[in-house]
Amino acid sequence: MKKMLAKTLTIAAIVTMGITAQAADTIKVGVLHSLSGTMAISETTLKDTVLMLIEEQNKKGGVLGKKLEPVVVDPASNWPLFAEKMRGLLTKDKVDVTFGCWTSVSRKSVLPVLEELNGILFYPVQYEGEESSKNVFYTGAAPNQQAIPAVNYLMNEIGVKRWVLAGTDYVYPRTTNKILKAYLIAKGVKESDIMINYTPFGHSDWQSIVSNIKKFGSTGKKTAVVSTINGDANVPFYKELGNQGISAENIPVVAFSVGEEELSGLDTKPLVGHLAAWNYFQSVEDDINSEFIASWKKFIKNDKRVTNDPMEATYIGFNMWVKAVEKAGTTDSDAVIDAMVGVSVPNLTGGLATMMPNHHLTKPVLIGEIQENGQFETVWETPDTVVGDAWSDFLPGSKDLISDWRKPLECGNYNVKTGKCSGQNY
Amino acid sequence: MKTIFIKIILLNLLLITSVFSGKFENDIKPLLKNSFKTKEVVINQVSQKYSENDKLQTLLQALMKGDLFYTKQDKTFVVLYKKEGKIYYTKSLETQKQLEPMNKKMFKKVKTNNRLRSTIREKLAELNLFSKDRDIRYNSAKNMLKHVSQNSSVLVQKALKIEKDSKVLSVLNEINTIINVKFGTDKQEAIVKLGDYLSPQSLQALKEIYASSEDKELKELARLSIASINRSKDFYAFVEKAFFGLSLGSILLLAAIGLAITFGVMKVINMAHGEMMMLGAYTVYALQKSMPNLIEYSVIIAIPVAFLVSGIIGIIIERLVIRHLYGRPLETLLATFGISLILQQMVRSIFSPLNQEVKTPQWMSGALEINSALSLTYNRLYIIIFALLVFAGILLVLNKTSLGLKVRAVTQNRKMAQAMGIKTGLIDALTFGIGSGIAGIAGVALSQLTNVGPNLGQAYIVDSFMVVVFGGVGNLWGTLIGAITLGEINKFIEPVAGAVLAKVIILVFIILFIQKRPRGLFAQKGRDAED
Repeated sequence: MKKMLAKTLTIAAIVTMGITAQAADTIKVGVLHSLSGTMAISETTLKDTVLMLIEEQNKKGGVLGKKLEPVVVDPASNWPLFAEKMRGLLTKDKVDVTFGCWTSVSRKSVLPVLEELNGILFYPVQYEGEESSKNVFYTGAAPNQQAIPAVNYLMNEIGVKRWVLAGTDYVYPRTTNKILKAYLIAKGVKESDIMINYTPFGHSDWQSIVSNIKKFGSTGKKTAVVSTINGDANVPFYKELGNQGISAENIPVVAFSVGEEELSGLDTKPLVGHLAAWNYFQSVEDDINSEFIASWKKFIKNDKRVTNDPMEATYIGFNMWVKAVEKAGTTDSDAVIDAMVGVSVPNLTGGLATMMPNHHLTKPVLIGEIQENGQFETVWETPDTVVGDAWSDFLPGSKDLISDWRKPLECGNYNVKTGKCSGQNY
Repeated sequence: MKTIFIKIILLNLLLITSVFSGKFENDIKPLLKNSFKTKEVVINQVSQKYSENDKLQTLLQALMKGDLFYTKQDKTFVVLYKKEGKIYYTKSLETQKQLEPMNKKMFKKVKTNNRLRSTIREKLAELNLFSKDRDIRYNSAKNMLKHVSQNSSVLVQKALKIEKDSKVLSVLNEINTIINVKFGTDKQEAIVKLGDYLSPQSLQALKEIYASSEDKELKELARLSIASINRSKDFYAFVEKAFFGLSLGSILLLAAIGLAITFGVMKVINMAHGEMMMLGAYTVYALQKSMPNLIEYSVIIAIPVAFLVSGIIGIIIERLVIRHLYGRPLETLLATFGISLILQQMVRSIFSPLNQEVKTPQWMSGALEINSALSLTYNRLYIIIFALLVFAGILLVLNKTSLGLKVRAVTQNRKMAQAMGIKTGLIDALTFGIGSGIAGIAGVALSQLTNVGPNLGQAYIVDSFMVVVFGGVGNLWGTLIGAITLGEINKFIEPVAGAVLAKVIILVFIILFIQKRPRGLFAQKGRDAED
């Protein structure tokens, strides 16, 4: 009897040892996306995407012979909590890389923590630019990869002469519109031909604004709306446009925040024909894309779920990180950050995404028209991929700044005029 | 000699048509290419060349709807007429014959963009100006108005001669006048006449004359006409703003009227009022889901159903929670706030946290066009009427029925009413039920204007309290005047100050107003008001 007990104890000891040994043999991947609160709708999808990618990578044998282990935390759409959770991931859980954030304010919140503790963050959403940190890789679009090409399309292909820049009142629309206004004026558009309008989050009474847009567009010059209107305010906006008789043919609206996910479960009738600019559409016909869509539907066990641009950005970021870790042979932050620049992986639209020295990607820009089924039909795309520009060339403050994280410069905001690096990355 | 001449012409015509019928397919071949610019050139060319050919209309219409495809195999154009899953039923464009249904992978779509569609619409307009359907003629004329050119002159003259309908005639006349102003001989008369029209195109034409004409007399006439157009435009802009204000006011009224009963009459601070509206909106969603064939009537059916759903839930809340808390406003506030969170979470668990798709019936979309400068959207128009009806209904119930009499008695003096044999408990429950039911009806209206999601109620609760406090607690007329005043103020400030600032200004205005008149616009008088 005693012998038995001793035996069991030894077995138990061996098993526990085995478990601890195995635990040390995994690479921890942090997932910092809101799973509750206002941003949960969008961010939960990205959490699931990361989990799916980790599962697939583990099936292939993991990275450097080790399995990947996800550490999921919930910052609950609460911006200061993002910083706290980031600190927890880096100090307590000791993650080697983190995929996370959606809003710019949450990214700004985790930035000091990342730089203090030298972590790595992959940020997968289109944003307003004007930032470049050593510790962040921006896999979403910078303004010159979404807003500027969209404006070019309207200007050259549609012949738009008058511009309405409408947005929700927060940092992304305000900065983007500032850049766009400077760009339009540089292109010779008169200030009187630009109308800028901001509305609060969730605005639902669009009558007078749409009526103003209608008046603004009735001077005989072709008019278009460039919309950075966010979230659910879009539905009443498009409805009101339809009701007041503004069709996509008279005054097209090009949106930067309306994607497949936002369109699913909407009455798309009033939106049909309006435009959106992204770097990825689910409808793009490509083998890698159909494979990705199929595995997503299988993973989420729902045939109706759609894929969207930030998911593609997550996919690219994840694959790049895997490649960089394999190149560096370690998960050590400095080595991986160095190895990241120049890494190329296929994107989902049949091209290549390359990490540039400014920690932004090369991306194709697609303009799509909204279809009745909530998908986009690509009507135009850039002939080549566009290199993301961290500092806009059209704003007086950032015109002279460049970012290059390679040696010997190693600076996120090098001023080419004064030859100085201010050291501040945001 | 003459006969020979005619013969030659006839022969030529015959030749041309026979050549054309073969060539049409060749001429549209470039549509296979991806460039939208090429497609536009092709469409312009074939529309001019084959304006008498029936196939042109088929082609343009198919392109317009996105039904034009070509087979990947032999690159012939086909028109899609039925879809069954992945199987496409098509007709050949050349022979108009039905083809074997095939998998959609065998076809490729001829893509169009907005600019191209606008060109196609223009071309179709010229073809449809003589259609039998009045609405098609009207829309065609309107489309022609958007791109007036000298070429359209002949067509318009022809149409003017045979057109009988006054609305279409007026648009045709406007086009004709613009053509005369731009290219005609008697410009003076045309310029004067154009001053009576309101469309942006007329104004544009006059401005061009004013800017470029050498003739001083013409310039002066154009200036006068522009001034006249601008005068009427200003007037209609004012009317439009007033309508927008009335519309916002009617929504505020609908949202606040239920609260005016529960808060104003019963003195219960009901923080779950917004959630009653949300439930009403979800009722529309649930009805549309369960009766997909009755979308057109769903909103009307939803009115009584939503009243019952929200009303019954209101009664349950009153019986279970609120009746224990009468006279303790702070506790009521906290308890109802808790209920509002519970209801929100319940909806999240049952329906999902995402916004739900509520369809707008056909009769509620679009706008009533009064003239080119003023059109009133139908959904807003119906909601204004609806809000006033609800208001009148509530007023009737409270003032003319025995239930209303009892409600007023209980709220004015509970003990006395009890002594007279009124079951105060029942009356309390019913009053709260009516208030909640009206909130449900408001939710039905809101489902047509905004997103239906768990947070719908929260967006309106503050506004509703504002209206009730501003209008005067306990006075329904105060609620009406308060709602419409706030709506109008908001809409008249908004164009000047922007949507964000307009809200701030309103809030500051109400705070200041309450300092002056703590009991609102229509203060209640008498002993009841003192406690």
